[in-house]
Amino acid sequence: MSGVPPEIEALIDVPQYDEVSEFPVERGYIWTSCASVENGNPLFWDDAVADELTGGPIAMPSMISNWFRPHYWAPGRDVQPMPLQVHFDLKESLGLPEAVMSDNTVTYYEPVRVGDVLRTCQKLRSVSAEKQTKLGTGRFWVIDVEYRNQRDELVGIESWTGFGYRREAAA
Amino acid sequence: MTATATHTVRTFDQVAVGDALPALSYEVTATTVVLGALASRDWRPQHHDYAFATKRNGVKDIFLNSPNQAAWLERFVTDWTGPRGRMGRLGFRMLDSIFPGDTMTFTGTVTSAESDETGCGWVGIDITVAVGDRTCTTAKARIALPSSPDDNPWSRKGENWKP
Repeated sequence: MSGVPPEIEALIDVPQYDEVSEFPVERGYIWTSCASVENGNPLFWDDAVADELTGGPIAMPSMISNWFRPHYWAPGRDVQPMPLQVHFDLKESLGLPEAVMSDNTVTYYEPVRVGDVLRTCQKLRSVSAEKQTKLGTGRFWVIDVEYRNQRDELVGIESWTGFGYRREAAA
Repeated sequence: MTATATHTVRTFDQVAVGDALPALSYEVTATTVVLGALASRDWRPQHHDYAFATKRNGVKDIFLNSPNQAAWLERFVTDWTGPRGRMGRLGFRMLDSIFPGDTMTFTGTVTSAESDETGCGWVGIDITVAVGDRTCTTAKARIALPSSPDDNPWSRKGENWKP
């Protein structure tokens, strides 16, 4: 018995949070991301290379989740939206105040191009029984995120494994 | 001469199972962590706020976030392949955190090299990110390499791209 509440079981494999990115893919973030890891791949820095290989500038594939992270603040917004909202919903519904991500896998399809506006949806794939780890007692969950561009081409499928937990009280 | 002629082009036929990628070592600073988090639009405080990380998360310092680790892994692999290498899949497991003051070292070994039915050459790589004796992250990459210096995996679409 996993002991997962039925209202959470009911969400498994159900598409949630069909969202459009708040901004188009832009080169400033691509260059900053390359700089953050000192990635000198000319595909991202040299327009002639990008034109030759990919028909124009593209983003580092590993940046795929960048494009749907909401702004930290925006006019008229009272509550800061969270990226991967299903993850935060689970923390709240299961009463697990802390969480870490342990596994991430992305399968890449069409390259993400400068100017693209991505659309995403999230699917909860599984929630484990309660487990005890060195962090505390909690549950593992797997959430998939599907990314498509404005031409409805699949650009990637990302799978996250998270662990929501309560820290053990000090002895 | 093509634009990519002066850059590394690792072709599929140059790779064999058991090949080791050149190791990459990097001294992580607080700037590394904060720059990586903000570059990936990750505003969560454990990646920039020491007090939050130590008191709320119970760890010793701010630590590298997941998307930035993905970016480091991509850089490690494509340093080796050159710009014609096209990532098909990248998965990683974070076993321990990477903090300012750590020297992280990336090592990688080719675990598979096979062509699919479309003729695309795929290489599998197992990667470890360690700080001293502490294994922090393990990863698996699947990347397409050109079959010849003129081949371009980035031109593959639809049924001809099977990541």
